[in-house]
Amino acid sequence: MKKLKVDPKGVLTGAHYLDGDFAIAEGALAAGCRFFAGYPITPSTETAERFAERIPFVGGIFIQMEDEIASVTALIGASWAGKKAMTVTSGPGFSLMMENIGLAVMMEAPIVIANVQRGGPSTGLPTLVGQQDMMQVRWGSHGDYKIIALSPDSPQECFDLTIQAFNLSETYRVPTFIMTDECVGHMHEKVVIPPADKIEVVERKWYEGPKEKYLPYKPDKDMIPFMVKAGDGYRFHTTGLTHDERGYPVINAECQDWVVRHLNDKITKNAEKIIKYEEEQTDNAEVVVVSYGITSRVAYRAVQLARKAGIKVGTLRLITVWPFPEKRIKELAQKVKAFVVPEINYGQMVLEVERAAAGKAPAILVPHCGGWVHNPEDILKAIKEAAK
Amino acid sequence: MSKDVKAQEAKNPMEDFLRMDRIPHIWCSGCGIGVVVTSFVDALRKSEIDLNKVAIVSGIGCTGRVAGYVKLDSFHSTHGRAIPFATGLKLGNPEMQVVVFSGDGDIAGIGGNHFVHAARRNMDILVICVNNFNYAMTGGQVAATSPINANLSTAPYGNFEYPFSLPYLADACGATYVARWTCLHIRRVTMSIQEAFQKKGFRFIEVIAPCVTLYARRNRLGDGLNLLKYYHDNSEIRHGADTRTLDIGYQGKMIVGKFVDREKPPFLECMNTHMKKALGDKYVPYGE
Repeated sequence: MKKLKVDPKGVLTGAHYLDGDFAIAEGALAAGCRFFAGYPITPSTETAERFAERIPFVGGIFIQMEDEIASVTALIGASWAGKKAMTVTSGPGFSLMMENIGLAVMMEAPIVIANVQRGGPSTGLPTLVGQQDMMQVRWGSHGDYKIIALSPDSPQECFDLTIQAFNLSETYRVPTFIMTDECVGHMHEKVVIPPADKIEVVERKWYEGPKEKYLPYKPDKDMIPFMVKAGDGYRFHTTGLTHDERGYPVINAECQDWVVRHLNDKITKNAEKIIKYEEEQTDNAEVVVVSYGITSRVAYRAVQLARKAGIKVGTLRLITVWPFPEKRIKELAQKVKAFVVPEINYGQMVLEVERAAAGKAPAILVPHCGGWVHNPEDILKAIKEAAK
Repeated sequence: MSKDVKAQEAKNPMEDFLRMDRIPHIWCSGCGIGVVVTSFVDALRKSEIDLNKVAIVSGIGCTGRVAGYVKLDSFHSTHGRAIPFATGLKLGNPEMQVVVFSGDGDIAGIGGNHFVHAARRNMDILVICVNNFNYAMTGGQVAATSPINANLSTAPYGNFEYPFSLPYLADACGATYVARWTCLHIRRVTMSIQEAFQKKGFRFIEVIAPCVTLYARRNRLGDGLNLLKYYHDNSEIRHGADTRTLDIGYQGKMIVGKFVDREKPPFLECMNTHMKKALGDKYVPYGE
């Protein structure tokens, strides 16, 4: 991947006191995002507000669309025009976006979507925290596909991971998600924005061969097809239909097989390069706490208490939630007594831990149905039980 | 006659504008959509517009397939979403002429909200809507444009819902250019598209076309050619007509013509002008 020179206009170098939502907007600007289409929804709106306030001094587009369907669709158009494009939303808006998340997947258009999760279903808890869209982000649009999703646990990470989300999205030509939550979104902390020349931003893989030979869906050696911009004279076609290398619709099982395998395999086969997690004291741990987002910070308190009580407990914090680090869970399952999985839902990522552990170690869910974070005592109780 | 001249003569004049490797198209014989595509191609040619700077965006449906056949940067998006897709594309690359080419179900039914808002913010796109009064791709269901009393597969005893008058809607939402023709007004459709290319802002052209396989057959309106001619012969050209008077009844007279032609700065121009005023030299203009 070619490195891209970062446009310093978008980079607010220095130490700031920002909430997670604002940090996402700053991360996007630093990554070179110059197109934001969105629709207001609590608790994500501050990202849109920040972007709207900042973009006139950077040069780009902020547009408030008529709904979230239009927002995500506009991103795909802008992406094909060569722009780095993003939107932000929460549960109800995320549901509306599903249709055209599928289109971005099918057209292999790089776009970034942040979901500042609140409690659901439906309107649920507009102002209160949830982590209940973790499966929706993976499976929410119809059909068979894979995406990339990251989960920050602090405003600093909101900034850092937004840049990474753009890099991953551009590299793999796939919608990439920042699955944060109301707590991290509204939490104010110190955010350090490095100088522009210290920020790593990758360039989309542009096609450079003869115009008449361009095939928008011919996979390159790394499985990712080259992209061109609308208006550059390639006069290419792309569609949401099952298509061949030319981007032309082909409605049969053979082509469907080729497309579906490609869309899935380009992520699966690159999973080890994509996946990031943070691991602590897992070497001789009896219990490993697997968590992500705000819950990992609450879990950390429980882990401290458990260690004081003499339990050998390690932590695995998911930074990439999708693709799921199943290989690492599988390895750990060979040596731990159990996993403890706290999450602000009634059991979502725990299913993945269970699947990866494949019966070698149980995964104990510590659920919280949303509206508040866990009490560390509840997680501690589960750790103690797991260590028995 | 030399071989070269013969070869030249054998070439269809539309070939340079179409993806010939995708022809034959999927439309039924007697369908009106192809006629509108011919007018569109003719307008492209006559406008001497740089084809590398024209993009076409379609949604889903019979007319939604147009993007697949025209040799431009062409995007076949999802049902109803051609307009927001075009919005992103246009704002992403403001030097492009972005055309939305889709059907009535796509633009006025499922995509109605996007239509209304794109017109309101005067997004600089040209929308060509082929209206065949029904959802044809899925088998002739009732649409937001179906005339009262027309028989449709999901209105098997006749339609009783009030239909949209699309030019009235476009006008009310602030479109800068609004015209309606039937597809047999070939020359006039072509001229309208050429004229619309010259204008800025949200431009809307409705073209009435027969659906021979479903709408015509179900309502016993004869073959495609009959209906094509019927629409043409029963239309009255009234340029500048009050858009409140443009309702289309079941098999009767319809008013066609150019109804709206106004000057109004489009979205990007409004943004740049406003921001310069509000922020002065600190503002970084976009797409100028």
